[in-house]
Amino acid sequence: MGKPKLGVFKFASCDGCQLSLLDAEDQLLAVAEVIDIVHFPEASSRLESGPYDIALIEGSITTPHDAERIQQIRRDSKFLMTIGACATAGGIQALRNGADTTEFMQAVYATPEYIQVLDQSTAIAEHVKVDFELRGCPINQYQLIEVIQSLLAGRTPRTPKHSVCLDCKRRGTVCVTVAQGIACLGPVTQSGCDAICPSYHRGCYGCYGPAAQPNLVSLSTQTLKAGDSPAEAAHRLQNFNVSAPAFHQESQRLTDQAREQN
Amino acid sequence: MGNRTIKVETLTRVEGEGGLYIRLNGEAVDEVRLEIYEPPRLFEALLRGRPLEDVPDITARICGICPVAYQMSSVHALEAALEVTVSPEIRRLRRLLYCGEWIESHGLHMHLLHAPDFLGFDSGLEMAKQFPEEVNRGLRLKKHGNQLVDMLGGRAIHPINVCVGGFYRLPTRKEVQKLIPDFEWGLNAAIETTRWVASFDFPDFESPDCEYISLSHPDEYPMNAGVMKTSSGDTIDVANYEAEFEELQVPHSTALHAIRKSTGRPYLLGPLARINLNRDRLSPSAQKLADEIKLEPVCCNPHKAIIARGLEIIHAYEEALMILRDQPLKGKSRESYEYQAGKGMSATEAPRGTLFHRYIVDKDGKIVEASIVPPTSQNQAQIEADLKQWISHVISKDERETARKCENLVRAYDPCISCSTHFLNVKIERT
Ligand code: SF4
Ligand code: SF4
Ligand code: SF4
Repeated sequence: MGKPKLGVFKFASCDGCQLSLLDAEDQLLAVAEVIDIVHFPEASSRLESGPYDIALIEGSITTPHDAERIQQIRRDSKFLMTIGACATAGGIQALRNGADTTEFMQAVYATPEYIQVLDQSTAIAEHVKVDFELRGCPINQYQLIEVIQSLLAGRTPRTPKHSVCLDCKRRGTVCVTVAQGIACLGPVTQSGCDAICPSYHRGCYGCYGPAAQPNLVSLSTQTLKAGDSPAEAAHRLQNFNVSAPAFHQESQRLTDQAREQN
Repeated sequence: MGNRTIKVETLTRVEGEGGLYIRLNGEAVDEVRLEIYEPPRLFEALLRGRPLEDVPDITARICGICPVAYQMSSVHALEAALEVTVSPEIRRLRRLLYCGEWIESHGLHMHLLHAPDFLGFDSGLEMAKQFPEEVNRGLRLKKHGNQLVDMLGGRAIHPINVCVGGFYRLPTRKEVQKLIPDFEWGLNAAIETTRWVASFDFPDFESPDCEYISLSHPDEYPMNAGVMKTSSGDTIDVANYEAEFEELQVPHSTALHAIRKSTGRPYLLGPLARINLNRDRLSPSAQKLADEIKLEPVCCNPHKAIIARGLEIIHAYEEALMILRDQPLKGKSRESYEYQAGKGMSATEAPRGTLFHRYIVDKDGKIVEASIVPPTSQNQAQIEADLKQWISHVISKDERETARKCENLVRAYDPCISCSTHFLNVKIERT
């Protein structure tokens, strides 16, 4: 058997997640030894068509053409893995879901008719079966390498599902909420970043998406008590993972609450 | 020979997605289209109504390769709207962060994306088999850039430490000093790298009467402040940006095209423009090397942008070392501010060229309107104009070869497609 074939594919995104692979400078040449990177337009002009053993998908589905393209990639790929908040939750561009996309297009383009876009920015899993999801905006390069290595070794990829708070404790970071009253999404956000933000004296803004079984209502109750308005609390959940079900639901609930107050 | 088209469906080794379409009538070029089909992400629309504090975190997500540039233009523009002036220490740390991004982005482009074109490889990884020393050195430079952004910004992609007014926290002296030995090695390595790329075989091609534009500052190499200077001798205040330049939508691209209103002509931003206009403000080692390799005072060969990137890496190392060595790390990590309704504009020098942001904020600190003009969309029209000329140099019966050479030229500009839609695939058509 030859080396396993890897393809990297991009949809609506910033390229940050696939850059994580190129940013693994120390492991990059070693990875290229054991894996054949056969389709990676950002890094190579040699573009092979499928089948692929592993497909890494970055970005969300936002155009009719992309909705078709992902189907073909799925057919061509044995193991399909999404990388990043765009691919796993629709990304920051999912902020337009529920808003008026036509109006958004008019705000940016003089002749929006030239451009075909869908009303919604959707996660890859809403279109095809996804074998593994790696969270983060951007993903963590060490997690990416660990997943690729575990796939090659034939074991199930393991990435933690606990919340950012636990990593704060492990790092010995003083809690910014307790010590400084700063609002923080750490309790409901999945770890993977090594709890960076609190170590820089700011609250987590949820770029890794919801942790397993997050208690969002309890967290909002706290922040509302601390003086946030429901609209502010809702806004905090409405960024890179706005369409992740747990964040979406709670931000809707808070938005409704804000509406009732007015 | 009749009419034909040459197409590149997917442009490779560029950031983002697009193609190239060329229609020929015999040997004459009918049309050149840089087709950016990267899906639009509508950032300007989705920023509206949000608290201004969210802006640097969100605009960073326009591009994973140059998030610092988006953060810097954002915070400067918002500070202008709030009438906040940052301390000299914060300003220096912002330049330090920018040095990290230039080293990382230029290092990536030079070694993994562009150099393979000159040496005949499909990728940097393949090139590494024959040029292990050079590629490994390049990867190390790139890594230094990442380490610097990581230290000061919290992480290399989408830094978390940048805020309106300054930084959430200042780095500690220990964090700062830890980088010095690597950066001392890196400065010499950057000089070696630049000598290496300057030895490449460059095609004899000049961009016909191209206007170069970049920020310019009396006593520093342009990065995060200055007025706009042009190679035709004009000076444009950043506040007049929108009066001087026009963004036009073209049917074949999700990125807007830009022209200068006064001339109706395209222009070029980026490392070559910056060096052409500000060579005397490069750091001493970078200036010395530019003289040593005999770089023309005004270099109009777009393929040589790789040399300009190398010189800018040298500059970035030298400036970073200066700041790392004597950064006093005193004072507040950020300036406080009061909300006020207002409008603010700013331009900074992203690795790919001048990046302009304008915001209108209301009295509660919410974004009313956002306008972002990335460098690649401004460069697009000039790239198409240059391609039109370049084709006559490279046209042959071998369409794949012609397409490949066209693609090489496009890559020399290091287009960043994700930013510009906020690109590439060559099609050549002969009718
Ligand atoms: S998840 Fe974030 S880092 Fe990854 S592609 Fe999307 S915007 Fe970029
Ligand atoms: S700072 Fe945030 S993530 Fe860390 S322990 Fe406190 S609440 Fe949890
Ligand atoms: S602390 Fe939260 S916002 Fe910050 S990097 Fe980690 S997951 Fe993202």
